[in-house]
Amino acid sequence: MAAVRVEAVLAAAEEQEAEKRRSITVEKELELEFDLGNLLALDRNPPPAAAALRGAGPRREALLRALARDNTQLLVSRLWELPTERAGGAGGPLVARLPEPTFRLPREKPPPRPRPPTRWEQFARLKGIRRRKKTSLVWDEQAKEWRRRWGYRRAGGDPARAWLAEVPAGADPEEDQFARLRREKRERVARNELNRLRNLARAHRAGSAVPAAPLHPTGHQDREELRRVARVARVSTASLGRFQPRLPKEPAEPPSRSGGRKRRFEPLLGNLAAERSRQLELLRDMGSKKPVLDITRAVNKQMRQEEAEAAAAHKGKKQSQRGKRGRRQQRPGRSGKKSGARRQQQKPAGGGSGGGRRKKA
Amino acid sequence: MDPLDRVVKPKTKRAKRFLEKREPKLNENTKNAMLIRGGNANLTVTAVLKDIYAVKKPFAVLYKKKNITRPFEDQTSLEFFSKKSDCSLFLFGCHNKKRPNNLIIGRMFDYHVLDMIELGVEKFVSLKDVKNSKCPEGTKPMLIFAGDVFDVNEEYRRLKSLLIDFFRGPTVPSVRLAGLEYVLHFTAVDGKIYMRSYKVLLKKSGCKIPRIELEEMGPSLDLVMRRTHLASDDLYKLSLKQPKALKPKKKKNISHDVFGTTYGRIHMQKQDLSKLQTRKMKGLKKRPAEKLAEDGGATPKKSKSA
Repeated sequence: MAAVRVEAVLAAAEEQEAEKRRSITVEKELELEFDLGNLLALDRNPPPAAAALRGAGPRREALLRALARDNTQLLVSRLWELPTERAGGAGGPLVARLPEPTFRLPREKPPPRPRPPTRWEQFARLKGIRRRKKTSLVWDEQAKEWRRRWGYRRAGGDPARAWLAEVPAGADPEEDQFARLRREKRERVARNELNRLRNLARAHRAGSAVPAAPLHPTGHQDREELRRVARVARVSTASLGRFQPRLPKEPAEPPSRSGGRKRRFEPLLGNLAAERSRQLELLRDMGSKKPVLDITRAVNKQMRQEEAEAAAAHKGKKQSQRGKRGRRQQRPGRSGKKSGARRQQQKPAGGGSGGGRRKKA
Repeated sequence: MDPLDRVVKPKTKRAKRFLEKREPKLNENTKNAMLIRGGNANLTVTAVLKDIYAVKKPFAVLYKKKNITRPFEDQTSLEFFSKKSDCSLFLFGCHNKKRPNNLIIGRMFDYHVLDMIELGVEKFVSLKDVKNSKCPEGTKPMLIFAGDVFDVNEEYRRLKSLLIDFFRGPTVPSVRLAGLEYVLHFTAVDGKIYMRSYKVLLKKSGCKIPRIELEEMGPSLDLVMRRTHLASDDLYKLSLKQPKALKPKKKKNISHDVFGTTYGRIHMQKQDLSKLQTRKMKGLKKRPAEKLAEDGGATPKKSKSA
């Protein structure tokens, strides 16, 4: 008796559960596709009979509404199954964490391009110069306190109040030194601004990637653009620029008779004399004791490459700066052969290049 | 170089922020829509634009004046507007005898027209005509597309993508479950597209998931597809391209099994197992006599005086 009653109770409970579930279950032929990140549901089932929908008016609306209700029920069931939490503490509203949207939609703008390095950045990378962190406050001996490096109440005193301007050794004694300082500052600022705008224009041009743009009509062209356009104009004649006279100061470009092909081979039975001289030269080079490789150039190239790599590696690791002395001390630690060659060549090479550099500055 | 291409140097912080908001980014802003009236827009079309503006606020701009352009012939004025107002979606309404109640819905990529689809409005019920309670402005709608033609036909597929883009709203990490009030339902049947908006009422059901009842609200449109101007396949693929930085980084050395257990893999260096620190068990400790017997052969250490 008891067993039967238990079974009956269980069956009744199951009946109740099923009843409750029936209100939220929806029968569909094909499963819907969901993109919960976008709150999107895609129903692939063929819509209810076209005939039923053709009859305009409330019947159609009722059918559409029923379809919408079913689909919305399915979508909401899925959304309710997402992991939830209470936003803003214990008493806040119940929010569900949405996954990332999966439906691929086109972007608004193309993805950002990395801006090209400025002239200083290129030079610094080449030479291996790294950024040093400067302190924001500097000790001022005169005022005996910590002052900022630049700006209001800077460490060196207000430059506008400088009452003494020394006449440098080789300068004209009648010249106004204060005026000269002011003029030089103005020139420096103007040059800085020009370089900044040039860098900006280069970045902008690289970003928009317009290589074949026509020449700007009013004098804002730069050298490379003019050269490129002049070259294109010269070649756009019927004979591809072969009989085009050159301007008085235009350098003569070597004629690429191949018309742009990369490799060209000499004909098999051509100039016998040229072939003979070429073979003799080859034999001479093979027999001579002088090395064909220019050691100086190779070593310099290697040094520069190593410096650039070291700089890049340091930037990646974000190590603290060791300063010039540390860098100089690093050198002898490298492989003996290379440093030997360097020490041999450094005097003449260093002297030559150092002198050259000094002249330019 | 037209004036909009010049490099603008911002003179104030506010101008700089304004320009930064408009430049291309990794994670983009929500797309804005511009709703434009053509030279011959009639009342129906104007009402449609106003209703869609109400739905898409605040990510939409409604232009008050009429603009005499034909998007399918000349797209430059649309592109100019898009550049000025930084909108990448547009809805252009016009009306003529050949194409009555015309709506051109489209989107831009890099301020150039990507896709444009012309739809004709056959029946329109406005927000004002339906006398039910409305949901608050700016609610993120649920979107449902019904009908197999949305997957089969290429034009319908682009239309579906365009409509999702248009009505999607901002991308949010989480959503308040009680606030899911608005649903937009698109049915494609028999060459027509029925767009209906409903307000969702959550009723009590026996279990956790509520039962849904819908109430008609808001604009409902019966649309028919007319001309299309779709982007070529490679341009479309280019616009879909996402930068690599956005791809989620794969976590290495973590695996899951069927039962949901997470396994991790740790790589250790070689350990000297004889020096391993284990639990001390007093009973197994070497007694001093045993220890002495072991060390007998080795060099004698300094022995403690007992």
